[in-house]
Amino acid sequence: MATASSPAELTDATRDETSLSRFLQGLPGVDQVGVEARAASLGTRSIKKAAKLWAIDTAISMVDLTTLEGADTRGKVRSLAAKARRPDPDRPDAPPVAAVCVYPDLAATAVEALDGTGVGVASVATAFPSGRSSREVKLADVALAVEAGATEVDMVIDRGAFLEGRYGYVFDEIRAVKQACGDAHLKVIIETGELATYDNVRRASWLGLLAGGDFIKTSTGKVSPAATLPVTHVMLQAVRDWYDATGQLRGVKPAGGIRSTKDALRYLVAVHEVAGEEWLTPELFRFGASSLLNDLLLQRRTQHDGHYSGPDYVAVD
Amino acid sequence: MSDRVSVAKTYKLYLDGKFPRSESGRTYPVTDSAGGFLANASHASRKDVRDAVSAARKAFGGWSGATAYNRGQVLYRVAEVLEGRREQFAAEVAACEGVSTAESSAIVDAAVDRWVWYAGWTDKIASVLGAANPVAGPYFSFTVPEPTGVVGVLAPQSSSLLGLVSVLAPVVATGCTAVVVSSAERPLPAITLSEVLATADVPGGVVNVLTGRADELGPWLASHADVNAIDPTGASREARVDLAQRASNTVKRVLTVPADEPDWTRRPDISRLRRYLEAKTVWHPKGT
Amino acid sequence: MSVWEYAPAPESRDLANLQPAYRPFVDGEFVDGSGDPLTSVDPATEETLAEVGTAAESDVDAAVRAARRAFEQVWGPMPGAERAKYLFRIARLLQERARELAVLETLDNGKPIKESRDSDVPTAAAHFFYHAGWADKLDYAGYGPDPQPLGVAGQIIPWNFPLLMLAWKIAPALATGNTVVLKPAETTPLSALVFAEICQQAGLPAGVVNIVPGAGDIGSAIVRHPGIDKIAFTGSTAVGKEIQHAVAGTSKQLTLELGGKAANVVFDDAPLDQAVEGIVNGIFFNQGHVCCAGSRLLVQESVAEELLGKLRARVSTLRLGDPLDKNTDIGAINSAEQLAKIRELTASGEAEGAERWTSPCELPERGFFFAPTVLSGVEQAMRVAREEIFGPVLSVLTFRTPDEAVTKANNTPYGLSAGLWTEKGSRILWLADRMRAGVVWANTFNRFDPAAPFGGYQESGFGREGGRTGLEAYLHV
Repeated sequence: MATASSPAELTDATRDETSLSRFLQGLPGVDQVGVEARAASLGTRSIKKAAKLWAIDTAISMVDLTTLEGADTRGKVRSLAAKARRPDPDRPDAPPVAAVCVYPDLAATAVEALDGTGVGVASVATAFPSGRSSREVKLADVALAVEAGATEVDMVIDRGAFLEGRYGYVFDEIRAVKQACGDAHLKVIIETGELATYDNVRRASWLGLLAGGDFIKTSTGKVSPAATLPVTHVMLQAVRDWYDATGQLRGVKPAGGIRSTKDALRYLVAVHEVAGEEWLTPELFRFGASSLLNDLLLQRRTQHDGHYSGPDYVAVD
Repeated sequence: MSDRVSVAKTYKLYLDGKFPRSESGRTYPVTDSAGGFLANASHASRKDVRDAVSAARKAFGGWSGATAYNRGQVLYRVAEVLEGRREQFAAEVAACEGVSTAESSAIVDAAVDRWVWYAGWTDKIASVLGAANPVAGPYFSFTVPEPTGVVGVLAPQSSSLLGLVSVLAPVVATGCTAVVVSSAERPLPAITLSEVLATADVPGGVVNVLTGRADELGPWLASHADVNAIDPTGASREARVDLAQRASNTVKRVLTVPADEPDWTRRPDISRLRRYLEAKTVWHPKGT
Repeated sequence: MSVWEYAPAPESRDLANLQPAYRPFVDGEFVDGSGDPLTSVDPATEETLAEVGTAAESDVDAAVRAARRAFEQVWGPMPGAERAKYLFRIARLLQERARELAVLETLDNGKPIKESRDSDVPTAAAHFFYHAGWADKLDYAGYGPDPQPLGVAGQIIPWNFPLLMLAWKIAPALATGNTVVLKPAETTPLSALVFAEICQQAGLPAGVVNIVPGAGDIGSAIVRHPGIDKIAFTGSTAVGKEIQHAVAGTSKQLTLELGGKAANVVFDDAPLDQAVEGIVNGIFFNQGHVCCAGSRLLVQESVAEELLGKLRARVSTLRLGDPLDKNTDIGAINSAEQLAKIRELTASGEAEGAERWTSPCELPERGFFFAPTVLSGVEQAMRVAREEIFGPVLSVLTFRTPDEAVTKANNTPYGLSAGLWTEKGSRILWLADRMRAGVVWANTFNRFDPAAPFGGYQESGFGREGGRTGLEAYLHV
């Protein structure tokens, strides 16, 4: 089970199922009231003027523009790709988003549409969103995405196995997916809405990091609640602690439910003050979102123009 | 045929569960109300105060940490033993206070009943004074009364038993420990009560009884940094201001007491218990 | 230069509706006090905010007479249900003028606007709301039927929470049927005088509330005034002792809420990240100008290094600066005098061998500021472990066993508060039992609520504020 790159203590943690359980159960607890109070308190930060403009552009560049519907078509994906590479056609200085996020069967369409733009293609995989299938099927799903040219894979962990305490099983699965990803970046969705406690969020975060996830991601967006600020706090703390222990920078992606610029700014404040300013980059922080982008663009116009804009002035997806 | 010669008792102090003489070696004669000699009482000194306070402090952890039920049992046991020695107390009270045997018997009965009343409070006062606080947030907040610590009691000068019981019982019922300076002129029932305490499983040091002068020993108690509260009942009116001023030096709780000794036969309330209790509020978040 | 500098986000100073001059409030009117006027200074800029008329002894006397008359003729005889409605009105008025009061409080005190806005002012309003409800329910408060008020209460409050401490004092006094003469702190009188205006707006009968600004001599005049039945004081232990000494032998009732040197005890099984938050809140809330501040961190040796690392990283993120800026976490020290005291005590800690770490934040050029500081390697024998610093300075000590933690935590003449951090429920209750402190926060810190009694053991004072217990301070019981 062991990973090569971790320091000795962490290598020990992944030696076998028992060690892994002991390690994860031994992580300091998370007090719900305390973490929620802290998140609420940071949520009152007031971001104005230049700081706000910078934050809006940074947030745009962190968006994984997402469509994950049964009704998705190639046309829809192409339209999304166009939006992704030039979010505000009237304002070419608006940065492109980080990636477009689609189901594996549409990854090829996205790759084609975004060829040469520098915008990534993220594909969900591993029997997204429930993860309820065999490992073979999950790995085949990953292979489909990677072969289509996806640069990023968003996998889901087996929450059932996690809640049963079969941490070794989940660990091995993430490792296997990581291997199947090849050069593609792996985001590990822990689906916090199904983990029930912040203690579990912390354990699952560490499990994802130990197994080699490049990012840990809150949610599929198909389960309520999706991303929340306090959950993201716990995950940001985990990557910070991971960095302090290993020197490695890993990323965090909250997904689902982040719709407004105000929300996005709160997340960025959390990134800044919980993990640290090194994380204020699309390399290490993403928003999994769809409608957020338009609000960011509207607010961007408001900041630049000095008056409020309207939805007719930005492109629908 | 000659009458049997009685065995006279040497009255000593009650300190840390033992009956020592005053470290000063001083004694003073105690007379009955007609001036007849009754006994020599130990004349406690400031060093006896010091020893008594340190005994009371040492006993505080155990006594305050005992379950309220256990304290109630021990204090009820005191009442049982008191009841068994009613005649001795009646005789002493009659001699000291110059009342008839019938009157002194009634006083003893009232004292026993008073003790029983307070004994029953040990495991109830917390539910009367405590609370679950409905705070505006995801916290469980509760308030419990806790004993304030070591209490210096200057016992009433007139009422040698009922008055003494009325001021001492609430101290120990709350879980505090006591250093009592008895009535100066009428100290014998206090020492006999000490014998009752010693035989009734009250741990040594919980109650310490010094016989002597309240106005001499009171200032040492009031200024002692390890004493948490003072009951100035037995101090002279002139001395009380000085006591209260000394007490301010370590922010002691000073009981507000009437200028003159009250009628101890009146039904008590819980105000004395309240004075020896600190409210402690504990908060804890509620979360998963 | 950070990657992302937050732009200044100052709350508008104009909201404070600052007046050039403020005057004492006696018998329902603002009056020219006979004392020498004082100037109230913005500690963040050292600029004068306003001139404040002060009371002389003759004004205190007039205030006491007004309060007595109001007590005997109006407020005392008034049915509780009617008194309640005045208190409810005051609570609403405080909420309506919350923003103004928050800005004013921040200007006068130096505390961050986010604290005056989110904590001081709303909690002050909550105190009036809570106590309003008691006014006609005193029969059920556990003090027997128809408990009686004491009469005229003289109240002296500190500068650290000017409006909130006023609310803690006035709300229970009025609810129980007393009238008051209150002296705000010399350096922070403004919000109390706006409160006086609120009393007028509420139609509160004249003389029920009197506000007499002034220095220590006016406090002393209140303490010694024969027409006062009760003294309630919040402030330093040294002054508390003087007051207790002064009222000794009089018929005045007394409650004192004094200093503290609280221990925040962290065990190795604590929720560490929230413990860090609790430690930060415990000592850096209100620049550490909090009597119940968690000024001693007692951390179990096995996690001391890890915790200190996390703590320093977290303290480094605290934003010190303009108190009116909505993003400021640490505001200004209230006065030059207090700043000097903090500097002196902190230096003594270093001289006695503690290791000093100070947050690398920049200090503004003007105003009274002190960067958040952590002193590690502190021993119980050092001054910084025994004396109240009343500033943003944390002393860190270690322990090995629960018994040692209890012994060290209790090793102080104070006994106001304590913090406990462990996820083991039985240990929390075991420790809570053993803390000789009036408030114990387990896995949290600095929580206040009008329904929860607050007050200290030993030299932290006596009497409680808040809850049913707090009513006792203003009733014949």
